[in-house]
Amino acid sequence: MALLEIEDLRATVDGHEILKGLNLTVNAGEVHSIMGPNGSGKSTLAQVLARRETYEVTGGRILFDGKDLLEMKPEDAACEGLFMAFQYPVEIPGIGNAYFLRSAMNAIRKYHGQEELDAMDFLPLYKERLKLLEMDEKLMNRSVNEGFSGGEKKRNEILQLAMLEPKLAILDETDSGLDIDALRIVAQGVNAMRSPERAFLVITHYQRLLNYISPDFVHVLVDGRIARSGGPELALELEEKGYGWAEADASQTLPV
Amino acid sequence: MRAAARGMGNEKAMTTVTRKPNTYLEAYGELIAARQGRDPIWLRQLREDAWNRFSQSGFPTTQDEDWRFTNLAALGKTLFRRVAKDGVAVNARDIEKFRLAGSASLFVFVNGHFSPGLSEVKNLPKGLEVCSLERAIDCGMHGYAPEGCAPTGIEQHLSRYADDRRDAFVALNAALWEDGAYVRIRRGATIERPIHVMYVSAGGGAEIMTHPRTLVIAEEASQAAVIEDYVSLGGEAAFSNAVTELVGGEDAVVSHFLVERENLASFNVSTLRLEQARGANVASHSILMGGGLVRNNVHPVLNGEGAECLINGLFVGAGKQHLDNHMLVEHAQPLCSSRQFYNGILDGEAHGVFHGRIVVHKDAQKTDAKQTNRNLLLSDNARIDTKPQLEIHADDVKCTHGATIGQIEEEQLFYLRSRGFGEAEARNVLLYAFAAECLERMKEPAAREFVEGLIRERLAELGRSRMTSEVAAAKGDALSWEEVG
Repeated sequence: MALLEIEDLRATVDGHEILKGLNLTVNAGEVHSIMGPNGSGKSTLAQVLARRETYEVTGGRILFDGKDLLEMKPEDAACEGLFMAFQYPVEIPGIGNAYFLRSAMNAIRKYHGQEELDAMDFLPLYKERLKLLEMDEKLMNRSVNEGFSGGEKKRNEILQLAMLEPKLAILDETDSGLDIDALRIVAQGVNAMRSPERAFLVITHYQRLLNYISPDFVHVLVDGRIARSGGPELALELEEKGYGWAEADASQTLPV
Repeated sequence: MRAAARGMGNEKAMTTVTRKPNTYLEAYGELIAARQGRDPIWLRQLREDAWNRFSQSGFPTTQDEDWRFTNLAALGKTLFRRVAKDGVAVNARDIEKFRLAGSASLFVFVNGHFSPGLSEVKNLPKGLEVCSLERAIDCGMHGYAPEGCAPTGIEQHLSRYADDRRDAFVALNAALWEDGAYVRIRRGATIERPIHVMYVSAGGGAEIMTHPRTLVIAEEASQAAVIEDYVSLGGEAAFSNAVTELVGGEDAVVSHFLVERENLASFNVSTLRLEQARGANVASHSILMGGGLVRNNVHPVLNGEGAECLINGLFVGAGKQHLDNHMLVEHAQPLCSSRQFYNGILDGEAHGVFHGRIVVHKDAQKTDAKQTNRNLLLSDNARIDTKPQLEIHADDVKCTHGATIGQIEEEQLFYLRSRGFGEAEARNVLLYAFAAECLERMKEPAAREFVEGLIRERLAELGRSRMTSEVAAAKGDALSWEEVG
């Protein structure tokens, strides 16, 4: 059974149809990259998967680990093992990073009937993961993303990923705006989390992140549908020829 | 134009006062009789002048610009009475739950009278002197000092700062105060634990009034934190009309906490007047949780070069609570800085007011003044009036102000939910975070923990009453917040 099965997904935002019959299957252990020009529906796909209510699903279905994802609230999806790294991580003044993460972990543990973690169980793991993302321990007591630089915010997303250990991690343009150093650190975090039980959906506009995270599959999203699918070489081809090439091709190519 | 409007308002107030028994006049008569031969001449004169001012002005009306958003009609209608000493018995168990763990001293006043049995004013840290103000006055008259206390500076400071000429409530307090805390921190002394002053209203079924008076003298380079705490036993309405004068000597570092947690039928008007000498660093933290009609006046005067003032506040209202915050920050000398941060949370039909006035006098060059008021409205019927006012007479100053009014942000809510927080929990966490911003500005750990506990308790109460009213609404019952809360 596939971890994620998207069939003929249609979604609208403010009455405009953005996803127009999208199909995608992701198995555990795989890394899929979704590439596409601006406005093609990449972020809409991520938001729909994370169950954001402002995105209305008008057709199709999504099975996540065999369960109907469209029936889930955002918190249920999170507890079932779906994680989205935000394109624009939100600042939450007044809530400390450590408190936030431990509460999130405990919400998920509670959902599965597991015992809650106390600070003693939590801290060693947190410190280890901070090191992986080359982040300062002082960040622990600072408010979530408050006053963080763009790079720090993205690293904090990957840190959360590393702590919450989801089944499916969606990276929504995590690479945009990152300098080469931050990009390397983010990729290092992602690569450390790759495992046969976990899948990644890496949404990106550019090929450069894929130099560090080599995907198993690359899909090109054009006008709300997957226009082409292939291996890592497709990303390189896109980089060379530009999205115009994929767009022109879209009408002749059947979705995979 | 303005004077004419004020005059008309006064006439109205006068008419209301004369039509019914005047309990304020009665209280004044009783007090003068009780203090016969005990008040020194200067104090008798102060009371008399203040009484005359109050009886001429009466309570302000909404015609008065400073009272535009706060209608005092309900206050005028209730006949609050003065309670004689030991009029209502209160025991230690009654106030146990209000106590703060680890205070340097605890002062308890019941219905405006000092209660030695409930207080803990012995074994004080070195450099701290506390005494009931009434006792300090009596001792001054008879030339002996109460145990561990040598009251000085009372005549020099009392009623010298809080202005009874332009404020009817200050005048009423100056005329009718019977007791309150006298706190003196000696030169250079650091008092590590907070000084807790608790004013208890316990009418025992009757509607009572008190006029607590607090005087805090922090001498040069001293450090301390004072918590002024208003609580009520029982559910009847009370009227607390408090005036506090806090004198921050040169380079003194003082924090004042006002905690209002009286019952929802109560009226509380408090005036905190801060007088700051050169380099004095004073913080005022106001935590308004309870009370039906609350007016919180904070008035620092930065009266020495390099003085710094922090005015930090949180008000949480629900039901029909009316919480009015009136700030007047006066920069009288150069190179001073003031920071105002007030956060409001309003639910139900609560009405909040933030009026922040900054006055920079002619000589106060290089003033750095900042004001921020942020508000969260949790219901369609909650209301906030926020009004900044800058009055700048110097030319080289930096003054900024900003106010926001909003709801809980959908973005933040979604972020938390996407990490596994349930919706209700995410809301509570965000509400707490907004309320808790004021905690970051409190330096004293014991006081901060105390306030943190109060905030958690109040927000949990708010959450419960929201749930109850949602259930009630679902059932189609028309319950008001007071009934379900």
